[in-house]
Amino acid sequence: MTAPGMLAFSGRLLRRQVVLSLRRPVEIANPLLFFAMVVALFPLGLGPAPATLASFAPGLLWIVALLANLLSADTLFRSDFEDGSLEQLLLAPQPLYTSVLSCVLAQWLVSGLLLALLSPLFAVMLNLQPEAIPVLLLSLLLGTAVLSLVGGIGAALTVGLKRGGMLIALLILPFYMPVLIFGSAAVQAVITGVPATPHLAILAAMLCFALALAPLAMAAGLRISIDA
Amino acid sequence: MWSFFHKLGSPPWLYRISGSILRWLLPLTLLGLALGMTWGLFFTAPDFRQGNSYRIIYIHVPAAVVALAGYYVMATAGAVSLIWKMKMADVALRAAAPVGAALTFVALLTGAIWGKPTWGTWWVWDARITSMLILLFLYLGVIALYEAYDNKEAAGKACAVLSLVGTVNIPIIYKSVDWWYSLHQPASIKFTGPSSIDPSMLYPLLLLIISFYALFTCCLLMNMRVGILQREARTKWVRKLVGL
Amino acid sequence: MYFDSFQAAMAMDGHGVFVWSAYGISVLVLALLLLRPWRQERRVLRELATQWKRSNQPPRGTNHSQANSGLSREGSDAPGS
Repeated sequence: MTAPGMLAFSGRLLRRQVVLSLRRPVEIANPLLFFAMVVALFPLGLGPAPATLASFAPGLLWIVALLANLLSADTLFRSDFEDGSLEQLLLAPQPLYTSVLSCVLAQWLVSGLLLALLSPLFAVMLNLQPEAIPVLLLSLLLGTAVLSLVGGIGAALTVGLKRGGMLIALLILPFYMPVLIFGSAAVQAVITGVPATPHLAILAAMLCFALALAPLAMAAGLRISIDA
Repeated sequence: MWSFFHKLGSPPWLYRISGSILRWLLPLTLLGLALGMTWGLFFTAPDFRQGNSYRIIYIHVPAAVVALAGYYVMATAGAVSLIWKMKMADVALRAAAPVGAALTFVALLTGAIWGKPTWGTWWVWDARITSMLILLFLYLGVIALYEAYDNKEAAGKACAVLSLVGTVNIPIIYKSVDWWYSLHQPASIKFTGPSSIDPSMLYPLLLLIISFYALFTCCLLMNMRVGILQREARTKWVRKLVGL
Repeated sequence: MYFDSFQAAMAMDGHGVFVWSAYGISVLVLALLLLRPWRQERRVLRELATQWKRSNQPPRGTNHSQANSGLSREGSDAPGS
């Protein structure tokens, strides 16, 4: 029997990860529920005036999306590490670069993508201008992918640790900051009447950069965590 | 050249040579710091716009410069550790992190104290201050990650990966924070760079920058000596050193 | 010397509080930075010395017998209880 090729292997891995997470729908729903609840906190804290909420909405939505992403970052390799399939993955003849990439893609499909698709609902609740909603959706689609890739580095480095939950936030939040800056600026740009394309282009550039380099760091991190 | 590089990986050699370096570098550093600070505090004329409060520059700028350089020292040690699997590079990485974090803290704190008489507020979300704050978080992240691992060999490697990721990200973070600030810049606060600083004010600053670099080296070597002893506690040369 | 008197140097035209507190805290942090590894190194060396001395003593030394008696006492207690 010959080992499946790189692409076939990554495809199967992607399917496996998605199926595994679909079997635990509560875990998929948790970050989304968190998103909804934190959005509900802001009118309580800032006051219900529509104008105030609308002016803060781009930043708020982006910060909450970022935190929701942070919540799910820790789970990326956790269950695979615990049942030993992560070790199998490291021993597999296929390059770790692509298999790690399909793990992240699977995670993004059930977290970042859903978050972005749900965001227009919360944007309306926070009185964001209707014209800004497509840009919010697009910026979240691009941005959460970067966040998932960067979060994967933190997950790979802390997966072997028993108390990794809070640590991962400390490690990766500094790297989330540029994404937050450009993501919220894109939405803000539409509100002030400036074209949002430059910001989206920079987010896309960050995504390309992260796609190229983050799997390398993740692979190195996983090897260290498994060895420890 | 290569023999020197190999010697760097030898704990007893590194322990001995760091001891003899420290013997003259440490007094020189303390002398430089004392001289520079006295010079800056008492023997320079006050700035015509900021008055005497500008004297904080003599610790603020050197601390900031060396704090940033320290991150690259740490990341270089991380790269050496990952590429050549050199254990002493792990020790250097762990030794550099707290020194860098402390210097970043000093830079932030003196900046805040300087800000009060100059701008009327302790803290401004200015591009450079925000970047320094993020740098502090990066340092603290490395220390937290190292302490979280029980296996110190793996801890060194994990920190090496993290510091390299940080090195790739620092320019991105700095550029985006710069850009973010230029977008939101409030008109009331004007930052003027020290582009036309008088030589009489510049010389003590240069002396202090060099002294801070020397101080960083001293602290790095001293922390490394502790790290070496802890790692090599079971070896023959440490036994001989202890006197048994 | 720029200042005329000690008082002038302390006050620095009203900026003294800021300048002196900035210098004071910085010097304190730098001193801690230098003192900590120095003390740590001495402590590690001292600990290693006592550790080696203890382990170098022959097995019939006092330390060993004490550890042994402690163990045996626990062992004899266990079946009785």
